[in-house]
Amino acid sequence: MRDIALTCLAVLFIGLSYGAIAVASGFPLWVPAAQSVLVLAGASEFLFIGIVAAAGNPIAAALAGLLVNARHLPYGLALPDVTGRGWRRLLGTHVMNDESVVFALAQDELPRKRAAYWACGLGVLICWPGGAVLGALIGSAVHDTSAFGLDAMFPAVILALIMPSLRDRLTLRAALAGAAIALIATPFLPAGLPVLLALVAVLLLVREQPAATPEQPSQPEQAAR
Amino acid sequence: MKDTTLVVAGMATLAAGTYAFRLSGQLLRARISFPPRAEKLLEGAAVVLLAALVATTALTQGHGFAGLARPAGVLVGGVLAWRKAPFLVVVIAAAATTAVLRLLGVH
Repeated sequence: MRDIALTCLAVLFIGLSYGAIAVASGFPLWVPAAQSVLVLAGASEFLFIGIVAAAGNPIAAALAGLLVNARHLPYGLALPDVTGRGWRRLLGTHVMNDESVVFALAQDELPRKRAAYWACGLGVLICWPGGAVLGALIGSAVHDTSAFGLDAMFPAVILALIMPSLRDRLTLRAALAGAAIALIATPFLPAGLPVLLALVAVLLLVREQPAATPEQPSQPEQAAR
Repeated sequence: MKDTTLVVAGMATLAAGTYAFRLSGQLLRARISFPPRAEKLLEGAAVVLLAALVATTALTQGHGFAGLARPAGVLVGGVLAWRKAPFLVVVIAAAATTAVLRLLGVH
C-alpha cells in the first residue's frame, strides 16, 4: 500500500510537469486536463503534445500515441479478471495502466490482485489529472517559459521515463538509431514525421530477437505511463 | 494551437483507441495467447518513438538546431536519470541548467 501511494505521488509530479509543459507549448488548459482524464496514459499524451506542438498533424500524433498505448492489449491478456462486471468493468478497464498492472501482477491471490489493481488504478486516476491541471495552472502563471528552462523539462521528463527500458542494450541500440534517424530527417521532413520515421529502427529489434532470452518474462514497461 | 477541431479529433482518436486496446486484451484473454516476442516488440517500438521525441525536442527547433542551452540541460537530466536520481531532481536539474546557461548568455 505504501508503494502504491509513493507511485501515485510520483505520477502526480509527472502530471505537474505534463500540465506545465503542455501550457508552455501553447495549448490551452483544457487540452492537458481532458487528455489526462480521457486518455490516462502519460507517455502517449506527452508524445501527442510534442508532435502537435511541433506543428505536426494531430491525427498522426494520435496514431503515434496509439502505437505507444498498444501495450495495453497484452496487459489485458496477462491480467486475471481484476475488473469485474458491468460498470466495474467499464471503469476498471479505463484505469488499466503500467502501474496498476505491475502492482496487480505482483500479488499472489486474486482478491489481493484485485485490491492492488483498484487502489493503484484509482490513485492514478486522481493524481494524473490532478497533477496535470495544477501544472497547467502554474505553467499559465509563468510568462517567459524559456528563461526558466521549461523547454528542457519536456525531453528530460520523457528521458527519465524511458530510462529503465534503455538499460536493455538491444532496446538502447534501437532507441539511439531511432533518435539519429529522427534528427537526420528533421531538416527535410514536415514536423511530426521524423519521430514516426524513427520506427524504422524497430527493425533492429526484429532482426536480433529470435536468439534473445525467452526465459526472461517480459515486464510491463513501468516507464511509459 | 492552430486548428482546434483537428486537435479535438486527434484527442478523441487517442482516447477511444487507447480504451479499445485496454478492453480488447481482456475480452480476448480466453481465446488467444499473445506471443511474448510480439509484446517485447511493442514495448521496443514505444521506447524508440519516445527516444526519437527526446532527441528532436532536445536538439531541434523547427527545422534547425535549438542552440546549446536546452540540450545541455537535457544531458544533465539524462545523466542524473541514468544514475537513478529521483524524478523530481532530474527534471529540476534539467530546467535549472538550461535556465542558468541562458542567464549567462549561452543560447
